[in-house]
Amino acid sequence: MTAVATAYETIIGLEVHTQLTTRSKMFCACSADYSGAGPNTHVCPVCLGLPGVLPVINERAIESIVMTGLALNCQIAPFSKFDRKNYPYPDLMKGYQISQYDLPVCHDGWLEITVGGEHKRVGITRVHMEEDTARLLHRVDASTGEGYTLVDVNRSGTPLMEIVSEPDMRTPAEAREYLVRLRQILRYIGVSRANMEEGNFRCDANVSLRPVDAPEYGAKVEIKNMNSFRAVHDALAFEVERQARLLNAGERIVQETRGWVDESQETVSQRTKEEASDYRYFPEPDLPPMRFNEAYLERIRERIPELPEARYRRFLELGLSDYEASTLTESRDRADYYEAVMHALNVDRQRAAKLAANWTLGSVAEWANATGNDVASIPVSAERLAELIQLAEDGTITGTVAKQVFDTMLESGRGARDIVEADGLAQVSGGDELTEIVRKVISENEKAVGDYRAGKESAVKFLVGQVMKATRGRANPQVVQELLVEELG
Amino acid sequence: MTAELWRLTAHEAHEGLRDRQFTSVELTESVLARIKSVEPRVNAFITQTAELAIEQAKEADAKYEAGAATPLTGIPVGVKDLIVTKGVRTTAGSKILENFVPPYDSHVYEQLRRAGAVMVGKTNMDEFAMGSSTEHSAFGSTRNPWDLDLVPGGSSGGSAAAVAAGECLVALGSDTGGSIRQPASLCGVAGMDPTYGRVSRYGIVAFGSSLDQVGPIGRDVEDLATMLDCIGGHDERDSTSNPEPMPDLRHYLGREIEGLRVGVPKEYFMQGMEPGVTTRITETLALLEDLGAVVDRELSLPSTEHALAVYYLIAPSEASANLARYDGVKYGYSYQDGSSMWENMETTRGHGFGPEVKRRIMIGTYALSAGYYDAYYKKAQQVRTLIHQEFQEAFKRYDVLVTPTTPNVAFPVGAKLDDPYQMYLNDIHTLPAAVAGLPALSIPCGDSDGLPVGVQLIGDFFQEGKVLQAAHALERGMPWANRLPQL
Ligand SMILES: [Zn+2]
Repeated sequence: MTAVATAYETIIGLEVHTQLTTRSKMFCACSADYSGAGPNTHVCPVCLGLPGVLPVINERAIESIVMTGLALNCQIAPFSKFDRKNYPYPDLMKGYQISQYDLPVCHDGWLEITVGGEHKRVGITRVHMEEDTARLLHRVDASTGEGYTLVDVNRSGTPLMEIVSEPDMRTPAEAREYLVRLRQILRYIGVSRANMEEGNFRCDANVSLRPVDAPEYGAKVEIKNMNSFRAVHDALAFEVERQARLLNAGERIVQETRGWVDESQETVSQRTKEEASDYRYFPEPDLPPMRFNEAYLERIRERIPELPEARYRRFLELGLSDYEASTLTESRDRADYYEAVMHALNVDRQRAAKLAANWTLGSVAEWANATGNDVASIPVSAERLAELIQLAEDGTITGTVAKQVFDTMLESGRGARDIVEADGLAQVSGGDELTEIVRKVISENEKAVGDYRAGKESAVKFLVGQVMKATRGRANPQVVQELLVEELG
Repeated sequence: MTAELWRLTAHEAHEGLRDRQFTSVELTESVLARIKSVEPRVNAFITQTAELAIEQAKEADAKYEAGAATPLTGIPVGVKDLIVTKGVRTTAGSKILENFVPPYDSHVYEQLRRAGAVMVGKTNMDEFAMGSSTEHSAFGSTRNPWDLDLVPGGSSGGSAAAVAAGECLVALGSDTGGSIRQPASLCGVAGMDPTYGRVSRYGIVAFGSSLDQVGPIGRDVEDLATMLDCIGGHDERDSTSNPEPMPDLRHYLGREIEGLRVGVPKEYFMQGMEPGVTTRITETLALLEDLGAVVDRELSLPSTEHALAVYYLIAPSEASANLARYDGVKYGYSYQDGSSMWENMETTRGHGFGPEVKRRIMIGTYALSAGYYDAYYKKAQQVRTLIHQEFQEAFKRYDVLVTPTTPNVAFPVGAKLDDPYQMYLNDIHTLPAAVAGLPALSIPCGDSDGLPVGVQLIGDFFQEGKVLQAAHALERGMPWANRLPQL
C-alpha cells in the first residue's frame, strides 16, 4: 500500500477586536486613554460595575463603528440593539458583558486584499460594538511561591469593536494581508490606533482543512494569543501543517481552542468544544435600541476620508510607480504629507509628484524610521520642505547640499532659504571661484593628475570628489567634471 | 406638642415648618423618638441614621430661615435599602452586601437631598426586592404595625411599615411587580409605582431592570404627589428615563372627577378573594359613582392571567444577570478560605444569597439557556407585548382602571414562606400594570376585620396626574383617611 498525501484546502476566518480611540469609555464618562496611567485610576461606579449603576451609550463610539462599517462596504442595520453576554470572570465587572448578539450595527461587507499580484475580496460577516474587560495581571509571590492575580479596571468599559470575517482566506499570507489592510483602513478613518503590540488590536483565527473540492468544512480550530501579524502568520502556518499531518495519518481534527506560544513557535490545546459556554444572551434592558436613518448615515459618510485603495489608484495616475504609490498610501499621515509637499511645489504636476515622492520616501521616511515617530509629527512642515526642494530644483543649491539643509532644518527649525543664505550654501556654478578651486585641486593631486594623463579616465572621478569636498557640496558635479577636463587639457 | 409631631403627614409638617410652629430638628427628634419606641417591635429599618438626620434637619431649618424651603425640606423620610446612598451602608436586604458602603449617590436620593429632606434610615426589604412579605431579608422580617404577628407585605415592607408606624412621614420604595403597592395596601398607607421611565433608576440596586421603578409611600395622596414631583423627571444617567419634562402633579389634586371614565376589569375579581376585600372595593366603586365618575364593571382584560407567568420569567432572567456581579471579588461579603478563585466565588454566592434569591437566579438562568430561550424568555416578551396592547386599547375608553390591590389582607408571618407559589399569588393584581410599565397606585379604602384593604388605580402611560386626581378625590370621600395603628 502506498500512502498518497491528500491535497487540502485551507479555510481561514479572522475575528478582530479593536479598541476605539474615543475620548471617553463606551458607557461612562471616564477617559478611555489610560495609557501610562496608574492602575485603577480611570474608573467610576459605572465601569466598576457597582450595584445600581446604568450604562449610557457613547455616541462617538457608535459613529466610529458606523464609519468602520461604511469603509468596509457593510450594510448598516436600520435597527440595532445591545445584548448582555453572561459569563463569570473576575475581569468582567458586572458578570456580563454588554455586547451585540443578533442585530450588530454592521453586516455583510468586504475588504479587498492583494497577494502575489492577485486581488481578492474577503467578506466581512459583521462588525459589532461591545465593551472591553478589565486587565488581569497574574503574579507570583516571591516569598511563598504562591500565585495571585491583580485587577486593573482602567480598560474595563472601553469601546471595543469586533470585526468578523467570512472564512474566505486560503493561506496564512492572505490572513496577514487582510490584517494589514484592515489596520490601514481603521487608521485612515481614525477610529482606532489598531496596534497589535499595544494590545488595542487583537486577532483570533479560525482555521480548518478540507480535501480540495470537498463540499463541507472540516472541524474548526480557533487560535488565540497571537500578539503580532507575524505571530498570526506563523501560528496559521503551524496549524495548517499540524492538521494536514493529522489528517494524513488518518486522525480526526478535534474542534477546539488552541493558544499560540511564541517561544516554542507552536499551538497548544486550551479547551475543547464540549466545555464551550452558553452565554445566555438577552437584550440589554438598560439601553434603548438604536435606529440609523439615511440622513445619519450620510453625515457619517461625508466624514470618511479618501480610503487607501482609492488613493493608491490616484497616485498611480500621477505617474508614481506601484512601489511608490503603495508605500506612500500605507499610512494616511504619510500620504497626507506627500500630497501637501506636492501641492506646495511650483513645478509641473508630474515633476512635483515625483519630487515629493522622492523626498517623502527618502529623507522624511529615514527621519521617521530613525526616530520611531509618525510622519505627522515631523518638525519640517510640508510647505517648508517644498521650499527646500524648490531651491534644489531651480539650481540655487545642489542635491547634496539639499540633504544637509534638510538635516539642519530638522535640528534647528529654521527655513531652507535662511539656512542657505546664512551658511553660504548656494551652488557654486562656475566662474572664477570654481575655476580657482579646480586649479588648486589639480596642483595638490599630482598622482591623480598623472593617472588621468596616463589614460586612466576614472581618476577624474577622484578629482571631482576633491572639488566637491572643497566646496562642501555646493558645486554641480557635472560642471566640475567639465572644468577639470578642460583644465587638464 | 412636639411629642406627637411624628403623626403629621409631610404636607401638614411642611405647613408647620413654614409657619415656624416647630423646627425640622424638633420634628426629626419626634420621629427618632418614635423609632426608638416602636422599632424593636416593627423592625422597619436595616440601618438607622439618627445622627445624619439631625445634621440634615439643621440644614433644613437653615433653608426655612433663608426662605429657600420646598415641600420636602426638613421632612423625615425612610429610604428603601436598595437605593444607593453615598457613605451610608446599602444592603438590598442581602448578606452579600452587608458591609457595602457606596461611594456614590442614587439619582432619587440626590433629588431628596436637593429638596432638603431628612433621611432617618434605610428601610428593610426582601432580599434584592424578591418577595412579598419582607420575610426574605437577611436582617430579620419586618412586622405589620396593624398586627405584629402579620407580615407588612413586600418587598418594600420596611418603607410601608415605617410610614404606617410613624417612623418616618414618607418613604421611598421600589416596585418591580407590586413591591410598593402590595405592602402599602397591607399596611394601610398610600403607595405609587410611577410609569416605567418616570423616575431614574440610576443608583437603584437592580432586580428586574425592565420593570424596576422607584416610587413614594406616604400616608395620603398629596404626599405621593409631592414625593413624585421631587424624584421624577429626566436623568441622562438612565437611558430608559423619559426625556419629557415632569408635569406639576400637585396641580391635579383637589379637582372634581365628574365624568371620569373608570374601567373595572372583571379578571381582577377572582374566586378565593377575601370577602372583606370585595366588599370594600364594591363600596369604593359606588363612591366613585357618587363623585360623578362613569364606572364600567364589564371591562375584560383576558391577558391578565398571563401576567404572573410573564413576570416570573422576565424578572428572574434579568435578575440572573444583574446579580452576577456579586462574586466577593470587589465589594460586599467575600468568602476567602477556598482553595481556588472559583471556589471562593461560588461559596461567596452560596453563603451570601438567601434561598428565594437563589431560586430566582436558577429560574432566570434556566429561562435564558440555549434551547430554552425561545420557549421562555422570548415567549414571555411576546405575551408582555400583548398585555401592553390590551391595556393601550382599554385606555382609549377609560381614564383609570380600578381593581383591588391584593386579593387578601395581611397574612401571618411564616404562613406562605414554604409555598413560593402562594407567595407569588399575592402580587396577582399588581403584576399586570408592572409588566406593562403603567403608573399605578394603592390607597387604603377601609378594612376587613380591622386590617387594611387597598384599592388600586391604574393609569395610562405618564398619566400619573389623572391617577392622583382620582385617588385624591376618593381619599377625601373615604372613612379611612389617615388612620394610624395602635402600637
Ligand atoms: Zn467609568
